[in-house]
Amino acid sequence: METDQLIRTLAADNAHRARPVGSVLALSLLLAAPVSIVIFLTELGVRPDVMTAMRNPFFDLKFAVTLALAISAIAISLHLSRPEASLRGWAWLLLIPIGLLVVGMAGEMMMMPQRPPMMTRLMGRNAWNCLTSIPLMALPLLAAALLGLRHGAPTRPALAGALAGLLSAGLAATLYASHCTDDSPMFVATWYTIAAVLVAAVGALAGPRVLRF
Amino acid sequence: MREREDEWTGLMRSAISGDDAAYHRLLKAVTPVLRAAARRGLTRAGQPADQSEDIVQDILLAVHMKRHTWDANAPFAPWLFAIARNKLIDALRRRGRRVFVNVDDFAETIPSEPAPETVPASEVEAQLKSLPARQRDVLQSIAVDSASIQDTAKKFAMSEGAVRVALHRGLASLTAKLRGQ
Repeated sequence: METDQLIRTLAADNAHRARPVGSVLALSLLLAAPVSIVIFLTELGVRPDVMTAMRNPFFDLKFAVTLALAISAIAISLHLSRPEASLRGWAWLLLIPIGLLVVGMAGEMMMMPQRPPMMTRLMGRNAWNCLTSIPLMALPLLAAALLGLRHGAPTRPALAGALAGLLSAGLAATLYASHCTDDSPMFVATWYTIAAVLVAAVGALAGPRVLRF
Repeated sequence: MREREDEWTGLMRSAISGDDAAYHRLLKAVTPVLRAAARRGLTRAGQPADQSEDIVQDILLAVHMKRHTWDANAPFAPWLFAIARNKLIDALRRRGRRVFVNVDDFAETIPSEPAPETVPASEVEAQLKSLPARQRDVLQSIAVDSASIQDTAKKFAMSEGAVRVALHRGLASLTAKLRGQ
């Protein structure tokens, strides 16, 4: 086929309108969410003392951190689905969840003079559970996020894949936070972060394979 | 250079608001620039430059399938060059060469460059044969016989909607097949 013929054919298809990447991403995440929720309900469940826990600001802070991670990562990955996009001007969004954690750790030091020793707070009781449950619940969401972002045109697919990992880890961690009885920001900053980095690494490896266009 | 790029942005905005002729003109206008950049990339990779046409068609298909990722408030050229660069790197890699391609390679292309001799593109043609009969017929009718959607619908006793669907599906699977190579 000659290039002029191809151009004529493309012009004839001009009327076709594709959905925006954002709505495809939202739709695929919505379709995958029940899988993660079923894993959550069958393997974990909400902690029994949730009503009391809700009065603890450090319990609430976990959700602020995980949702901030998910939302920033969604915004950045949608931005990266445009071919000419770079991280510049966008990477700072990831400082929001980190900043919340820093504020939380400082708050714990100031507001709780009788706090347990740092290593006790950091190690908590659920470290291993946290490290396995968050990635497990994140994987269906990661697959969905990658499929959604495929609809875009990311020219830095490993980076976009890593962001897909972070967004799915943020969403999975939001579920996990309602199960876990470790509320110390030290615990969250350590184990949630490691779990999120693991999922981001999987995303970064999958990105170049899945997101090429 | 600046003027040319503003013109492209205007044409793409018209195209998105439904002006097929503007879209046609835009694709015609960017093709020589894409061709020159593809030739330059091939030469730098030590490949014969006359094989640029497959790369050009590959870029045009990607531009078409991904045009919803262009933000109508942004200039068109950086978006186009990012797609083109990505496709060019991919094409050179497939030919076994790793080459650094600079976005400026596209931006600096002189618009009046005469159309160089090229080997006819063969990849799209080859993939076309593997499409379902209906999609292939519709694509060929529009591409080769330059029939309109309406004429194509009459010729195959299809509705215009069905022709449009077959046309888009055909282009989408051509794109997917080229990527899968």
